[in-house]
Amino acid sequence: MPSGLINANPTVYERQERRTRNAPADVDELAVEPIDQLEIFDILFYIKDPEHPYSLEELKVITADAIEVDDKRSHLRVTFTPTVEHCSMATVIGLCLRVKLMRCLPPRYKVDIRVEPGTHATEAAVNKQLNDKERVAAALENPNLVDMVNECLAPSFE
Amino acid sequence: MDDSTKWVKHIELYVNSSTTPSQQAASVDAIAALVKNDMLTLETLVREMEIYLTTTDSIIRSRGIILLAELLSQLTLKPFSDSSLHSLIGFFTERLADWKALRGAIVGCLALLRRKIDVGIVTDIEVKAVAQSYLRNIPVQSLGQHERKLSYELMECLLDCHAGAVRDLGDELFDVICEAIDGEKDPQCLLLVFHIVESLAHLYPGPSGPLANFAEDLFEILGCYFPIHFTHPKGEDDDVKREELSRALMIAFASTPFFEPFSIPLLLEKLSSSLPSAKVESFRYISYCTAKYGPDRMAKHAQALWASVKDATYISPESTLLMDSESIGGMNFQYSDIMTQAYILLQEVIRQDGGFISLIIEDNDINIFVNFLDQYKDFDDIPVQVKQRLHAVGHILTVCAKPSVALCNKVFERFFPLLMDALGLSVAKPSESSYLDEDCFSSVKYNFGALYLCIELLAACRYLTVSLDDCTLIPDVSHQTWCTMLSSFSKSLVKAFIFLIRSNNADKTHSAYVYFGVKGLQILATFPGSFLPVSKSIYDKILVELVSIVTYDMNRTLSWTLALKALVEISLFIDKSPDSEKAASFESIVVEKIVDLTSSDYSAMPSSLKLQAAFDIGATRKVFMLRVAEGLDEAISTNLSAVNDHGNLESHELLVKLLDTYSNKIFPWFLEIGGSEEIPLSFALSIWDKIENSRSFSISPPKIGSDLLGATINAMKKAVSTCSKESQEIIINKAFGVLLSSKLFAIQEFESDSSILKAEGLKNSSCRDEWLTSLFASVVTSLRPQTSIPHGKMILQLFITNLLNGHIPSAHALGSMVNKLPLKDPGSNFSKNFSLDEALDMIFCSFIGTSCSDSTPGNEGSEIDFSSLRLHTIEIQSVKLNTINGLAWIGKGLLMRGHEKVKDITMTLLSFLTLNSNAGVSREVQDVKEVCDEDDMHQLMKCLGDAFHIIMSDSKSCLNRTYHATIRPLYKQRFFSTITPILLSLAVKSELSVRYMLYRALAHVVSNTPLTAILGEAKKLVPVLLDCLNMLSKDVLNKEIVYDILLVMSGILMNKNGQEAAADNAPGTVNQLIELTTYSHVMAIRETAIQCLVAMSELPYARIYPLRTQVLQAISKALDDPKRVVRQEAVRCRQAWSSTSSRSLQF
Repeated sequence: MPSGLINANPTVYERQERRTRNAPADVDELAVEPIDQLEIFDILFYIKDPEHPYSLEELKVITADAIEVDDKRSHLRVTFTPTVEHCSMATVIGLCLRVKLMRCLPPRYKVDIRVEPGTHATEAAVNKQLNDKERVAAALENPNLVDMVNECLAPSFE
Repeated sequence: MDDSTKWVKHIELYVNSSTTPSQQAASVDAIAALVKNDMLTLETLVREMEIYLTTTDSIIRSRGIILLAELLSQLTLKPFSDSSLHSLIGFFTERLADWKALRGAIVGCLALLRRKIDVGIVTDIEVKAVAQSYLRNIPVQSLGQHERKLSYELMECLLDCHAGAVRDLGDELFDVICEAIDGEKDPQCLLLVFHIVESLAHLYPGPSGPLANFAEDLFEILGCYFPIHFTHPKGEDDDVKREELSRALMIAFASTPFFEPFSIPLLLEKLSSSLPSAKVESFRYISYCTAKYGPDRMAKHAQALWASVKDATYISPESTLLMDSESIGGMNFQYSDIMTQAYILLQEVIRQDGGFISLIIEDNDINIFVNFLDQYKDFDDIPVQVKQRLHAVGHILTVCAKPSVALCNKVFERFFPLLMDALGLSVAKPSESSYLDEDCFSSVKYNFGALYLCIELLAACRYLTVSLDDCTLIPDVSHQTWCTMLSSFSKSLVKAFIFLIRSNNADKTHSAYVYFGVKGLQILATFPGSFLPVSKSIYDKILVELVSIVTYDMNRTLSWTLALKALVEISLFIDKSPDSEKAASFESIVVEKIVDLTSSDYSAMPSSLKLQAAFDIGATRKVFMLRVAEGLDEAISTNLSAVNDHGNLESHELLVKLLDTYSNKIFPWFLEIGGSEEIPLSFALSIWDKIENSRSFSISPPKIGSDLLGATINAMKKAVSTCSKESQEIIINKAFGVLLSSKLFAIQEFESDSSILKAEGLKNSSCRDEWLTSLFASVVTSLRPQTSIPHGKMILQLFITNLLNGHIPSAHALGSMVNKLPLKDPGSNFSKNFSLDEALDMIFCSFIGTSCSDSTPGNEGSEIDFSSLRLHTIEIQSVKLNTINGLAWIGKGLLMRGHEKVKDITMTLLSFLTLNSNAGVSREVQDVKEVCDEDDMHQLMKCLGDAFHIIMSDSKSCLNRTYHATIRPLYKQRFFSTITPILLSLAVKSELSVRYMLYRALAHVVSNTPLTAILGEAKKLVPVLLDCLNMLSKDVLNKEIVYDILLVMSGILMNKNGQEAAADNAPGTVNQLIELTTYSHVMAIRETAIQCLVAMSELPYARIYPLRTQVLQAISKALDDPKRVVRQEAVRCRQAWSSTSSRSLQF
């Protein structure tokens, strides 16, 4: 790992006001609440950036609009935006997203994670790496990487 | 001497530096006790200690001196002779020079100087000697923290208690004090330092004293501490708060006017600091100092003060618009602390110096602002910053006008004509008589700023008159400028307000105008009676306008609620400052109109609004409420007859609302103000009158009838329960009379014949009869325990008969009766009063085969009288169910008062419940089994199980505090601990279907018992509860019971002791919980089950590790739950369980 920070001085954005769900007064026991964009965003937004003590939401690495869900066809696509083009942390961020989603989503889902087109120097390579089952599994065999991922995911349970 | 050696040993112990502090303290106490009890004289002691006090070894010397000093501080109440005092103080004074043993010397001096006059005090000369020795010998700043504190305490004591002795030390004193306090940093010492400065200021108040010369030096030291700011916030001196220090410093600042030339410039300079807390502190200090220094000294700072206040409030205000302000005029601001303090300062300055006001009213910025108010017509066009300024100007003017008449005059002279001009108002000509003349409105301008300021000014002068009114000496304000100005404009103001309220079409932009219009009217109507400008005709006009809004304008919710609120305020004001003339016109204009509304059929207004208006107005004064109640009563009469005679459906709805108003608002109101029970009493009596007088009582559609009956029962219960014992007796006698006169009392026959089964059922009885019995039952339900019930036997019979016919209110009444009846007949000659034992006898005779008198406690032979069941099958079912329900209510009544007969009832219920499995069932039981088919039997058993729900749960309709139930503390716990072992042992013995019902009963008992009682039994209960869950969760109809048990389970799992019990059953618990995570009928059950699993993850590792795979598999299914809440819990649970083992992501 390089000694200096890759993006030493990232722009921190203010947290957006959350769309609030208005709970229906009388609960219909049989009604199905499908998994939607907001729910996925609620799962992901407070993942910590690997470099900085800010959440991915605050750095605008992910936004609610960058999440596409199709609950019926069990498909999910998350598009994230690295803060700088040559960010070597992009794969780590992507790995965090994948691990978090693996832990929170039912197994029937197929998850696509990709970098926002035109925001990263080695976009294609990163995308390929993130969506290769074998390589993800291999990455998770690496204790250093797993520790790093767990650290990023930790605040979500405080 | 034995004693002497003992205390000498104590001295040695103390002086010895190797002993522990507690031993030393014990020695001091022992010696002090000896001296106190005259077993040892001071002289002997000192003589004995001589060696320690004078030795050249400084450590031992200092210990010795400290011992003597400590002894003296314990002996403050022991009288000393003058000579011993003299020699002691002389000794300590001299010792002050001995820096190696300083602490003891200071403590000793303090102890002697603090003595009260009746136990002998030191003379002034001696004090002066102490002071001089202090000044000469103690280098305070070079001492340690504790010694510094002690020496400050000594100085404080000298200044406070012996002011006369040290006064002529003069300059020397100042020199030393300045030197001593310079650079002090310890918070505890600083508190003393600030107090010393304050005492110095008291010592030399005159301008010729040394303080005048030393003020600058002294302030130079003090000034450094402002503003108080801790650099090490979490130090060991947490006991001294910043606020405490800051307050002490403030008092020191303001202690003498000589500080003024130095302090005010410093504080004004600090106002420009960027630290908000410094600004707040500065304003606070200046306010305080202003009050202490006096107006003469502050006059020269006026300009600067005004500039700083203006800067904080007007130029850069730090206030935030409150979110909910839309409904209250959109001008509700929350100030920052700085602004609050600035306003306090302004208030203080104005109060001190009336001349200050000229600065404000001549101020260019403010004048320009007021003159250009008309650039914003629409409220929404006004930028927030301008609103802030408007609010600030309004507040500043209010502060200026409030303190005195003269100030108010000045503000009015300057601004009132401007504002009137801006609003387009002119002095009303006396000839104008018509208020609603259209052309006089044409001149009214929409100018929100002017309107707002105008309302603020009105509020200020109203405040002024009210405060003047409170004084005993009422000055004549009528000739004051502001008063004449206001009276000349009052007519046109009222017109303008009315115009503003009416003119718009309820759109949002005008809500602010409406709000301030109504507020203006309210202010004008609440001037005190002695105040002239608002004449009676104007007052009446205002009331008429507000009432007409309330009556006709209900479509505009905002103005309707505001107008009603204004009327309530006006009424409350009349109540506060009684004014017969205004009260009379309020009553005739407002109250009559509102009461008319409720009783008339005026249909444009929804009845709920009518009732709300009536109640709100009535609640302001008791007289009004009585009047309103009268109106409501009339309305009930007319509507009841309308429903009864013509089947009018609209009247029915109104009637239900009327009755609800009574039970939910009017009775609680009377209960709150206390004392008055005429309304509930007359309400109850009038209902009975109405029933009595309408012979043919029928309400056609049964649904409507039962609605109405429900509302009436509720109102009747509330009414009776608020009454006193005497009134309740009147009501019950009246009710009994009505009951007696009806044909219902064919029952009288039963008095001799206890076989109730011959009675005709209520089923074919008329609607009127049902009303009669229900209302009567509700009266009995809500009686006080002291109230005696006439013809108890007959009433009891009536209820028993009705109960068997399925009349639930009768069951409630029976429960209440056994709960409240006296244990023994209080007056045996008073045969109408019958006691609990008699009642129980009758009840047991009717329901259970044995009579009370021959059933010994614990007699399990009591059986259901199944003779009652030998009718044809259909009837059996309902009769049995009713009997069981009735028994449950009676059992509840007994349980709550802690009567032992409750055991008989529960045993009866249980024996019936288990009769299937009992081998030796009686012949009668066999009969029952023959006549009943399977379904009926099942239903019956279920009812038996649910009887325990009735017994244990809290009921809203009877047997609670509102209805005066006798409640023994911890009755639930007691029942739980007696019944649970029985249920458990029965459950083990019995076959499956019975066990199911027993578990149902157990579930009801457990879920209604406080958790603490359950935790004690957790070990035994957990396996049973799991069994319960397993059995009950198979039937969807049991979902509420399942949820209740699950909540108990989660309560157990969250608790430390409970977790141990759960750990023993970990696999079973986990299995059951996993099963419930797929319970498809109730989301809350799935959610709670997963939460329980989360709690399980905290059990000992070895216990739960084998279960991990199982749980994680179940949870991964729960991740796909249809409900979001459950999914979220599942994620949490999964995290909790996967972190118990490894970071593997396989699951």
